[in-house]
Amino acid sequence: MSDVMLNLDAVDKFYGPIDKGVHAVRNLSMTVTRGEIIALLGSSGCGKTSTLRMVAGFEAVSRGRISIGGREIHTLPPVQRNVAMAFEGYSLYPTVTVRDNIAFALKRGNFSAVDVAAKVDEVAEMLEISAILDKYPSSISGGQQQRASLARALIRDADLYLLDEPMGQLEPQLRTLLRGRIKAYIKERGLTAILVTHDQTEANALADRIAVMEDGELQQFASPEDIKKSPANLFTGTFVGEPPMNVFPARTSISETTVSLRLDGDVELSYPVDAFSAELRTRLTEMGEVVLGVRPYAVQRRETGSPATVVANQWLGDQSHIAANFAAGSLVLVEHDRTQLVEDQQIAVHLEPSDLHIFNPKTGMAISHGARLVG
Amino acid sequence: MQTTSTFESVLRGMAITVIILFFMFPIFWIFLMSFQTNETILRVPPSPFFEPTLTNYRSLISGRLEGSTATLEIAFMSNLYNSLFLSVTSVTVGLLLGVPAAYAFARLKFRGSEDIAFTLLSFRFAPPLLVLLPLTIYFQQIGLADTYGGLIWVYQLIVLPLILWIVRGYFEDIPADIEYAYRIAGHGFWATFRKIALPLAGPGIAAAGLLAFIFAWNNFIFALVLASADKQPVTVGALAFITASGINYGQIAAGIMLSIAPTFALALYAQRYLVEGLSLGAVKG
Repeated sequence: MSDVMLNLDAVDKFYGPIDKGVHAVRNLSMTVTRGEIIALLGSSGCGKTSTLRMVAGFEAVSRGRISIGGREIHTLPPVQRNVAMAFEGYSLYPTVTVRDNIAFALKRGNFSAVDVAAKVDEVAEMLEISAILDKYPSSISGGQQQRASLARALIRDADLYLLDEPMGQLEPQLRTLLRGRIKAYIKERGLTAILVTHDQTEANALADRIAVMEDGELQQFASPEDIKKSPANLFTGTFVGEPPMNVFPARTSISETTVSLRLDGDVELSYPVDAFSAELRTRLTEMGEVVLGVRPYAVQRRETGSPATVVANQWLGDQSHIAANFAAGSLVLVEHDRTQLVEDQQIAVHLEPSDLHIFNPKTGMAISHGARLVG
Repeated sequence: MQTTSTFESVLRGMAITVIILFFMFPIFWIFLMSFQTNETILRVPPSPFFEPTLTNYRSLISGRLEGSTATLEIAFMSNLYNSLFLSVTSVTVGLLLGVPAAYAFARLKFRGSEDIAFTLLSFRFAPPLLVLLPLTIYFQQIGLADTYGGLIWVYQLIVLPLILWIVRGYFEDIPADIEYAYRIAGHGFWATFRKIALPLAGPGIAAAGLLAFIFAWNNFIFALVLASADKQPVTVGALAFITASGINYGQIAAGIMLSIAPTFALALYAQRYLVEGLSLGAVKG
């Protein structure tokens, strides 16, 4: 048995005629291992749902191949693909109760009525919908419908579980609780799941690997830690992370003793030459102009450093988000204390070389993370 | 809870009364006429008080019109049967063809689907008389003139666009995810259509069928031109009441009562579906 559960090979999706219509998914290749939870993360219209629907069989694949467990499925009807899917919106059969909606998914398996009832009760308890099992879909809330749809998918015995924004309509507390339970449920049974979401917290919490998509293209496919630590390009860097990464254009100049990065507004960041590797220094000299990225929680406030002016200071209950004018742009920094800073106050900030992400301004591709050259 | 003042509700009651009188009075008057002889109908001034008689109905059902000078044989009951047969078969055929087509137009966006759907609707734009002349010639050449089959075919011009466009809206209102969920749970396309799409669009299909039935029943011109006496529906058959010796209003009234009875009963029975079906979406979000 192969370890590859799902393989997408150079998949394209056009709405309308091929090469003329809307290019929703561009040359997408990815491999999902058995037992993995994958999140497709991106903003609306990035192609993540189209990808999921091609795997499910609701959208035709314009070009390329999709296989599940080594079996090519992209030309098969949904019924023959053996995948289960949880839907974001209204997908319950309105004419039967929630219990029957969930049990229905098992009707084609060889289960006794007692087994079915036990399974339904188990999954309903996990998703906190035991109380509404005998209600009809029209009389329950959107969040409950969503969980019923999720239950209907998870209860099945399928090769692949597709979850389309399965928790979008839930309250935050419930979402946090269910995230843990769903992950445990999937992991205990060794299921392979693909989750589509625009919520990076959800992707980080549930997924083993995250596929970041934008404009139909796969930007990066890596573990949540790697995406945070080494974003492949400017898009991934600024899209993943809350609050988003600060970015500034910079000009490089390297002397015998210092590496200097000049930002707009006469801000100059100077570092000792050995804070950067020799290869990176060569590269920076070649580039001349780069884009500098730094995560808000890596920005340090010190006695001496580059000047910035506080614009706003928000205490979120567990951390302070401070916005400041810096280098002719704006900078956000996160502190975990309740910082006493007021508007227009002058502060000095310091950026550690090991916290810097450097990008190519033309291609947007990452050059270095933490003063280490990429690749 | 909506709050309305007494004045408003009185005003509303009056408005409803006026509307009901306006629409129902002619039918009520015809109902009265159908139990009167020509003499009591034509007296001046007219009066709602008279001695009811069943002669009109008796002569219609027996098929013998007792005129003042002679007895005329009419085929009113067979006209009624023709109407029923033509309308029921046309609507059945229309539903069998129109519902799957409506589903295709709603769910499968194929090249030219909008154009085809619009072309079908445009059949309703053409004045029937314009279509009838060439149609008569063609029908005579291919032997369809004066057959039930030919009439039912032509009736599709009336019922098919109606069914197609009403039912299509219904299918579009069903969230596609419900069907997707059913298909991914291990059911084919056809099973999904039968078990999910059809039941959910049920009220719309019923409303469309009902409307189509009424339209088919009331059709006059196609049947007048394309059918001979023994195939004619009641709308055409009613012409027989205008005789050389005068017009027998009592019998016409009785004929009207008998011919509107089926649609009237159907509409009364199904008015809930009609109103719901034509005004609400299938699945409310």
